[in-house]
Formats: sequence, structure tokens, C-alpha cells
Amino acid sequence: MQKNPVLIALADIAAATLRYPLVGMLGWQDVRQRYRRSALGPFWLTISMGVMIGTIGLVFGEIFKTPLTEFLPFLAAGMIFWNFIASVVTEGCASFIAADGIIKQLPIPLFVHVMRMIWRNILILGHNIVIFPLVLLAVGRPLSWLAVVSIPGFMLVVVNLTWVSLLLGVLCARYRDLPQIVANVLQVFFYLTPIMWMPASLPGHTATYLLKFNPVYYVLSVARAPLLGELPTLSDWMVSLGLAVFGWLVALLVYGRYKRRIAYWL
Amino acid sequence: MALIEFQNVNVDFPIYNASGRSLKKRLMQVATGGQLGANEQGRVIVRALENLNFTFRDGDRVGLLGHNGAGKSTLLRLLSGVYEPSSGTARIEGEVGSLLDISLGIDPEATGRENIYIRGGLLGLKRSEVTRQIEEIIAFSELGDFVDMPVRTYSTGMHMRLAFAVSTVVRPEILLMDEWLSVGDEGFKHKAEARMNEVVKSTNILVIASHSRDLILHTCNRAIWLEHGKVRQDGDPDTVAAAYFGG
Repeated sequence: MQKNPVLIALADIAAATLRYPLVGMLGWQDVRQRYRRSALGPFWLTISMGVMIGTIGLVFGEIFKTPLTEFLPFLAAGMIFWNFIASVVTEGCASFIAADGIIKQLPIPLFVHVMRMIWRNILILGHNIVIFPLVLLAVGRPLSWLAVVSIPGFMLVVVNLTWVSLLLGVLCARYRDLPQIVANVLQVFFYLTPIMWMPASLPGHTATYLLKFNPVYYVLSVARAPLLGELPTLSDWMVSLGLAVFGWLVALLVYGRYKRRIAYWL
Repeated sequence: MALIEFQNVNVDFPIYNASGRSLKKRLMQVATGGQLGANEQGRVIVRALENLNFTFRDGDRVGLLGHNGAGKSTLLRLLSGVYEPSSGTARIEGEVGSLLDISLGIDPEATGRENIYIRGGLLGLKRSEVTRQIEEIIAFSELGDFVDMPVRTYSTGMHMRLAFAVSTVVRPEILLMDEWLSVGDEGFKHKAEARMNEVVKSTNILVIASHSRDLILHTCNRAIWLEHGKVRQDGDPDTVAAAYFGG
């Protein structure tokens, strides 16, 4: 009965994909649950994100002496996507832990819980992205046609985030200190990655170090650059694709190997 | 056609104490070359089920007897596919439905109607199937207009009636239950009883854990007495119940 772990993992993922109506429903329910009985509902997310971008934009735009027409759209796109990436990774750590009630009662493919978490965050992103055109409008910058490229770019981000959260979900179910470590690492990446600062404001050689060896920068760029009217560079695409292939391989091996243990760890 | 076949099935639970579960201990172990490990390793393993061998076929109505902690619930979870055996093979053929916790997934802030969809989805029903049956579910639960109110406004009885009405819509080939489901006041109890009998009748294999002698004698045609995770006795309900309950 020793089956190939990759096959076990793929079988579970396929079974979970077939349950997509359940995923969709649970994801929506999660979003609605948080904002029940509030008049604006999930648009509070949009408002708080907007307030944050406005504040940081004014302060840091002044500090870096960058014109707001350039800095504000950059910051908005960066913050919106970063918020998505960071919540998926943090919540990814808890995707199995949080679903322990269901996991211990019903034999639903475990990948459903990962998909549910990602779908919930895509819905939240959908609310947040509304800010971006408003920011463009405010600074009087047109939206370039290149923006459509950010759709495949975003899909690549999701593909990458899925393996990260699957892998972390398994490991965090076993090692309960890991979510804290991950939260700290994320914090570090937030400052190391050009989100609140623009790559141009760094002195030459520091920039190469911070940008060249920062995987988050490449992954973020494929989704963000098109929104700002630039095409992602070839290396952005290659690194993101490479990460996706390599990461999925590792995640499938680990998931297939330990899937049967997850229920025991919860 | 449903079949359950267990061969030498064992279930071990690793118990991670707070320290065993942390990465620190793991890293320390590596750093100190495993010297620390001798007693710090300290992973306690609880053997919840030991060496189970049995086959259930179509028509089997199996009652599980045993004191608290004997392994009944673990066995039910094993049968439902939630746990996989630590060793041995468990072959389960047929669609499994479990009525272990019928309130699972119910969101108190959502309305009764929304919860019917959520609960139905968790049980593996398609949205269209729920839509087709929803009027019947609502009628059965006797919630009336309350079905469009948030579940948090329900009384305990209403809550249980809703959970019961949705959960018994499914007709699985293998049905798992922890005690007989009985909800509601006198009037509803009759209806629920009839519904339960119907569900049980349509299932190929029933496995029910119970502390009630009458239930085992009435419903089951086979009984298994678990003690400390091992099968103490396996046979016809009369004999096993007589041995278990004494007399």
C-alpha cells in the first residue's frame, strides 16, 4: 500500500477541486461572517486599506521626496498585493489547524481547507483593489492597457502562494511555533521588499542585494508592474515560474507523505 | 454494495507535550548532537486501537459497546476515513456518511436557510440538490418563518431540529452514528424516529456506538465489545450484550 506521495497529494487536490462549490460557499461565508450586522460589510476592508495607503503615502512621499503621482499608485498597488500575500501566508499556517473541527468529523479532502482560505483572501483582495483606480483618479494618472497583464501575473502569484500555504499548513499543524516564525519572517520581507519605498530611492549596490536575492520582489512584480504601466521583466517571470515549479514539487512530496498524519496532529 | 474490511489495524496517537511539539527542541537536539534526546525525546504514544480484524458486509447492523475511552469514537472516525490506520489495512468501499456531530459547520450568525446550504455542502450535497429538497427540509424542521432568521435567535430545540432535518437528507451506503439521534419535543420525536428508521433502513451497513442495551438489541444484528482498544467480544447482540451488561 506504499503509494507514491505525489500521487496521493494529487488525488487529494483533484478531489478537492471537484468540491469547488463547497469551497466557494465556505469562502464567502468566512468573509460575510466577519462583517455581519455591519452596514458597510466587507467594504470596511476597502476603507481601512484606503486610509492606510493615504497616510503612508503622504508621510513617506514627503520623506522620500517622491512626487505623489508616482509614489501613491506604486504604494497602493504594492500594499494591496502585499496585504493579500501576507494574509494568505499567515492564514495558510492555520488552514488545517483552524479547520480541525471539520477535519476530525468529516472526510472532506484536506486541500479544500487551503482552497477555502485562498478564495476568501481573493474575495478580500477584490474589495481592496477598488482603491487602485481611485488612487489613479486622485493623482490624475491614466490606467494603461498593460494593466490586463497583471491578471496572468496575479494567477502566478496565487499558484506560488498555494504551494507555500499547503506546505506551511502541514508543517504548522505539526510544529506550533512555526506560525510565529513565519509572521516574523513576513514582517522582515515587508520592509526588505520595495512596497513602502521605491527601488529608485536606494543607493546602487544596496539595491542589487535587496532586490536580486529577494524572491518576494520577483513574485510581487509580475502582478504589480503591469498595473503601473510597465511590463514585468523576463527575470520576474522566470523566477516566479521557477519558484512555482520547484515549490509545488516540494509541497506535493511533503503533503503526500504526511497527509494521513494531519488529523492525528490536530 | 458496501464493504468494510479491517486487517491488523492499529491506531497510535502521538502525544506531543508542549515541549515535544516545538521546533526549539528539535533544533536543540540537532545542535547538541542528540545527547539531550534521551528523555527529552519523550514522545508518548497512546495506542487507541489494537489489532482489529473484522469484515462488515451489506446488511450488517453493527453495535459498538464499550466503556468511555474504549476506542468507540476512534473506530468510528477510522471508519469515516478521517483517520488512517497507523499500521494494518482498512479497506472501506462505499460512500460513508457520518451522523457523529450533526451541528458541525452551523454558523450562528447565518440564517437557517443559509445554514441548510452550508451543512448540505459539507455533507457532500450539490447546491442544486439542496435547492430541490430545501422546502421539504424546512417543512420537516417545523421552523416556519424562523428559517430566514439568524440561527443565534433559535432555541436549542429549533437548532437541533434544523441540524437533524438537513443531516438526515443524505442516504449513505455506510452510516456511522454515535448513539441514536433523538431530538425535539414529544411530537417531533416521533417524526424524527420515523426518519431515522428510514435512513437506517436504506443504508447498507450501519455502525452505531451506544451505551443502550435496548438499542443494540433492537437495531443491531452484530455487536462488538471494545475494551482498551481491543476487541473483547464480537458476535450476535444477545450474547455480547449479555456479557457486557451482565446477565
